[in-house]
Amino acid sequence: MDTSLNNDLITRPDSMLGRVISSAKLRDAVKGIKRIKRSHRQIRTENVFKKTLVIVALSTIVLVLGIMVTLAWQSTLSIKASGLGYLWGKVWDPVQDIFGAYPFILGTLLTSFLALIISIPFSFAVGIFLGEYFPNGLASNFLKNTVELIAAVPSVIYGFWGLAVLVPIVRSFETAIGVTPVGLGIFTSSLILAIMIIPYAASLARSMIQMVPSNLKEAAYSLGATRWEVIRSVILPYTKSGLFAGILLSLGRALGETMAVTMVIGNTSLIPKNIFSPGNTMASIIANEFTEADHPVYLSALIELGLVLFLVTVVINMLGRRIIKQFTQD
Amino acid sequence: MEGTIVKSVDYNAYFGDNHVVKNVNIDIPRNNVIAVMGPSGCGKTTFLRGINRMHELIPGATSKGKILLNNEDVFDMHPIFVRLKIGMVFQRPNPFPNLSIYDNVIAGYKLNGIKLPKAEKDKIVEHSLTRVALWNEVKDSLTKKGSFLSGGQQQRLCIARAVAMEPEVLLFDEPTSALDPISTSTVEELFHELKKNYTLIIVTHNMQQAARVSDKTAFFYMGELVEYDETKQMFTNPTDIRTQNYITGRFS
Repeated sequence: MDTSLNNDLITRPDSMLGRVISSAKLRDAVKGIKRIKRSHRQIRTENVFKKTLVIVALSTIVLVLGIMVTLAWQSTLSIKASGLGYLWGKVWDPVQDIFGAYPFILGTLLTSFLALIISIPFSFAVGIFLGEYFPNGLASNFLKNTVELIAAVPSVIYGFWGLAVLVPIVRSFETAIGVTPVGLGIFTSSLILAIMIIPYAASLARSMIQMVPSNLKEAAYSLGATRWEVIRSVILPYTKSGLFAGILLSLGRALGETMAVTMVIGNTSLIPKNIFSPGNTMASIIANEFTEADHPVYLSALIELGLVLFLVTVVINMLGRRIIKQFTQD
Repeated sequence: MEGTIVKSVDYNAYFGDNHVVKNVNIDIPRNNVIAVMGPSGCGKTTFLRGINRMHELIPGATSKGKILLNNEDVFDMHPIFVRLKIGMVFQRPNPFPNLSIYDNVIAGYKLNGIKLPKAEKDKIVEHSLTRVALWNEVKDSLTKKGSFLSGGQQQRLCIARAVAMEPEVLLFDEPTSALDPISTSTVEELFHELKKNYTLIIVTHNMQQAARVSDKTAFFYMGELVEYDETKQMFTNPTDIRTQNYITGRFS
């Protein structure tokens, strides 16, 4: 039954029914019913919308868990073959089916930590400059956008730039200090990584530094502190957990970076002798050898590397985010 | 020691193009409590922050004219030196949250990189906290963080922190506006004690407070120093009609 027609019959002043019972009260009641119907429709749309959101949100969680399960599942062959010894096995020889991940774990740690050491002074300097010295203005915006652009450049471009510019420079540097001049290697990768991770720590440092209450800074200034003393004694202690979280997030990025590193690290499965030796990281060996993995254990060993890398970066990222959360809650 | 300690000569302060303090000339006698009152936005806080050169820390803030401390223009001195001579207490208590009560009191020495032997530091801490009537309340919890104290105690800790540097002048920017009435009266009593050793300049929104604590009162209106006189004179027989209107509550 079409109720709207009935309603119309009642509410239209010229209709018979309307003329008979055209009390204002009744008309209000009918309007009320219409309004309730409309709000029912709104509630229905709202529920559908909410359910869609929940499904989308859940599916991302399922996706991440799915990746982890797949990695674990596909690694079982390698885990059965090499056991825990896989992690500290020093030889990686696919021809003889010997798989030890130690050279790549070492390579990953070396490049990442070296990159952190190189980049921290820069990212903190940028963070302090933008957060405390020049938070506003044209020059500050320009620098801020440029730094953020560093994160937006595709990593293959860093790889190219590294090959074309950094490798020759590092090679002549190696000649100068008397190491075998290869140019490709751990050190070059660390330099590239250092540049790539600057924006992560820098932008976090900037926002943390801007959050320092101005009344604390003023208190220090009023006691005769210089700007440097305010930064050292008020801003840095106040933001130290946030700065540490920024370092962790950069580390997470450095550990997993693949393309640029693969292009300049020299790709050898030998244990690096020093920071100038060529080597491989977990990510770069996967990228390099995945297409050549011609038998199941080989493939599985590479996937197990992926699993290790995945777990390490997840833990580091979670830790970083947790610290930031704690910091912003205080 | 009698005589003028702070004197401003044609002092003007600006935020960009905004002229906030206009041609202020004032003589502040040593060991007095001076209340600076006036409606919101009259430039009283800006004037106060001009005295120890805190005004210029705000981007776009400029000033003209002279502020003399013991007949020496503060703009000819290094700002650090000025701020060591002229301490400041702010509207909201702002102890350093990551420092203990003890370290908060000697924060000025730490910030300036002055290394003192432990015995000397102990002496300064006890002396400063006694001056602000806080020693008995906190002497057993000196290693606790300053933020554990109540609002009133925190504000007295901030005064102790300023006193510890042994300045000549103490500036207070509405020091009790964030405090409850009991803490307010404790701080007000403190002013009478402190003026024996220091010159106090107190910006206040509260006329009763100005009347209670000060020897002389300055009335600011729209950036101008309208009237400056003995507090008694000012509250009983003001000369300017604007002062009179303000005191009688015709505007606030």
